[in-house]
Amino acid sequence: MNTEKNFRGQRHPDFPVAAKELLQDVQLRQNVRHATDVITAKRAHVVDEMQDWQTLRDAGSAVRQNALDHLDRYLTQFEEACIRAGGQVHWAIDAAEANRIAIELVQAHAAKEVIKIKSMTTEEIGLNDALAQVGIHAHETDLAELIIQLGKDKPSHIVAPALHKNRQQVRAIFQREMELPELGDRPEDLTEAARVFLREKFLRIPVAISGANFLVAETGGVCIVESEGNGRMCLTLPRVLIAIAGIEKVIPKFRDLEVFLQTLPRSATGERMNPYNSLWTGVYPGDGPQEFHVILLDNGRSEILGDAEARQTLKCIRCGACQNACPVYRQTGGHAYGSVYAGPIGAILTPQLDRFRQSASLPYASSLCGACYEVCPVKINIPEVLIHLRGQIVREEQETFAGKIGPWNVGMQIAASLFASGDRLALAQYLGRIGQKPFVASSGFIEHLPFQLGGWTQTRDLAPLPAQSFRQWWAQREKTAENSTHTKAGGQS
Amino acid sequence: MEPARQAILERIRSAHALRSATGRHDSGASYDAISRAYQRAGSLQNTERVELFEHRLKEYDAGVHSASTEKIADAVKEILANRGRRNMVAPSGLPAAWLPEGFTFTLGDGITANDLDHFDGVLTGCTLAIALTGSIVLQSGAGQGPRRLSLIPDYHLCVVLAEQIVETVSEAFDRLGPTATLPTTFISGPSATADIEMTRIKGVHGPRFLDVLIVQDKNRIG
Repeated sequence: MNTEKNFRGQRHPDFPVAAKELLQDVQLRQNVRHATDVITAKRAHVVDEMQDWQTLRDAGSAVRQNALDHLDRYLTQFEEACIRAGGQVHWAIDAAEANRIAIELVQAHAAKEVIKIKSMTTEEIGLNDALAQVGIHAHETDLAELIIQLGKDKPSHIVAPALHKNRQQVRAIFQREMELPELGDRPEDLTEAARVFLREKFLRIPVAISGANFLVAETGGVCIVESEGNGRMCLTLPRVLIAIAGIEKVIPKFRDLEVFLQTLPRSATGERMNPYNSLWTGVYPGDGPQEFHVILLDNGRSEILGDAEARQTLKCIRCGACQNACPVYRQTGGHAYGSVYAGPIGAILTPQLDRFRQSASLPYASSLCGACYEVCPVKINIPEVLIHLRGQIVREEQETFAGKIGPWNVGMQIAASLFASGDRLALAQYLGRIGQKPFVASSGFIEHLPFQLGGWTQTRDLAPLPAQSFRQWWAQREKTAENSTHTKAGGQS
Repeated sequence: MEPARQAILERIRSAHALRSATGRHDSGASYDAISRAYQRAGSLQNTERVELFEHRLKEYDAGVHSASTEKIADAVKEILANRGRRNMVAPSGLPAAWLPEGFTFTLGDGITANDLDHFDGVLTGCTLAIALTGSIVLQSGAGQGPRRLSLIPDYHLCVVLAEQIVETVSEAFDRLGPTATLPTTFISGPSATADIEMTRIKGVHGPRFLDVLIVQDKNRIG
């Protein structure tokens, strides 16, 4: 009941259970709070200086919407242009198929190792595990992903997957895994260690695997946005490059990047521009890999497209701003979500990708405050989608017998019936006033409710039903007014 | 692979059919109808634009220098001497007049990644630069070389002509349109990461040191 399996098949507890445990980890909470505070302030600074920010959001939202509205056409246009430029395009219905294609491509080059650019899509499909099962080691080259990989940890944030680790914890992992007992904990020491550790791999390993930030339908080009230069290394040095991208990553035209290359860096890392953006189209003689593959991954996305209210989820450009802004995420960190995609975007994306099979608690992991919507660079109305998904979950539950006779459904049906009639509500209030008596504490408040209602009073008190309801008070007021009018009128005559 | 392609496209089309007809205009018409009310064109004078570019570069901790056209080689000499970089690599097509005496400039186009690792730095030109974001944009070709050239050496000196600097990102894309399919790299400051405590730390895998030499002839521009 309290455990779910995420779409990579690993068991993990429901959000409230996992969150309760993680909230006890003071160090983790400090790290998450510090990192999200820093990034939120940086973002606010570079967003506020943009007078056209809201119009950029509008345009970004409209471009992504247009891409989704004509996804079939843009995908085939991308495919055609990419092939014309010397690339090869593969299509994968689900994670298993994408992994199989990637493995076959790596094995065709007899490679036992690959270098990787950080990619949430490859996390989603569990690519590293799939490669490991056939004896191929994937080296993560993004600093945060390296920290996660060496620390045998899981990503907790879309943009900064190791955000839950502070520098001392990172140093401890590097000291152990890179065998550098003397390593200092200045950030420069840590980046230098990563530079030396990975450079040899960049220069030696002939196959790289990446995700993609944008696929340009018009040109067949691919865009990857990054900071460290590990992306550039993977995109330019190996002989073979395999990019795995969700089908929703396509944008119509080259010039659309002028919008996203402004909104993405400012939203993601609070910079006017991230250090490196790479754009390439197919294969270019003398520069970069001479064999290039794109794997277009569906894995549940086409089904989301059919849901008129929830399909806006697919507009996401993975900036992570909603995570940094979310009062729930800022307390729990990403691991509580038990999903590759954490935070508000994870709470709407994950349940849709796995059709609520293992993530039905996530749409409830929100106070619906709307901070996520406000910062979203493509204006995804996350609270609206959360409510929509909650509705779906309830309706699906109502379809089952257990759901029908369950306390929630019965309670809600009764409430609906009571609120539909003034007489029934008055009767219920009358009975409630009598029934509540044993629960009203000496403070004058209800401090503990019985059974399932107890959750509500765990952290707050409830005011008891007053002796007089509003309707009663109103009726009485009318009567008094009537009487006084009569008296007045009588006095005048 | 074909069955997956067919199945995915069919799923997308039936998803579209599920929704109301409103979303299914002609893609071209609905694309053209997208409102682009954001600031596409810049508004700064030449001098202000160059100053903004310099300011943005400094915020990334890049070195900023300037020279007139006839003094490029002198400026390059001084910058490299201060940085202590002698053994440089350079792409083909770089103007010979930019290269000072007393340094080695090896033609880098055909050099392997492994060998590039042994040079002190790289000198390149660029396709354009963006003032608002402090970015330089390099494309595969003359004076800029293949992408690995500006990636593997630990030091990058980029020469930017004042007329190559545009103000906005949109203006950059207007200029890049005709060469959109070339391998293209936007570089904004030295390589950095924000992965540890969300703080920008300079220097990971790309060049840890970036100098930009802005070439401006005062009597001609501004």
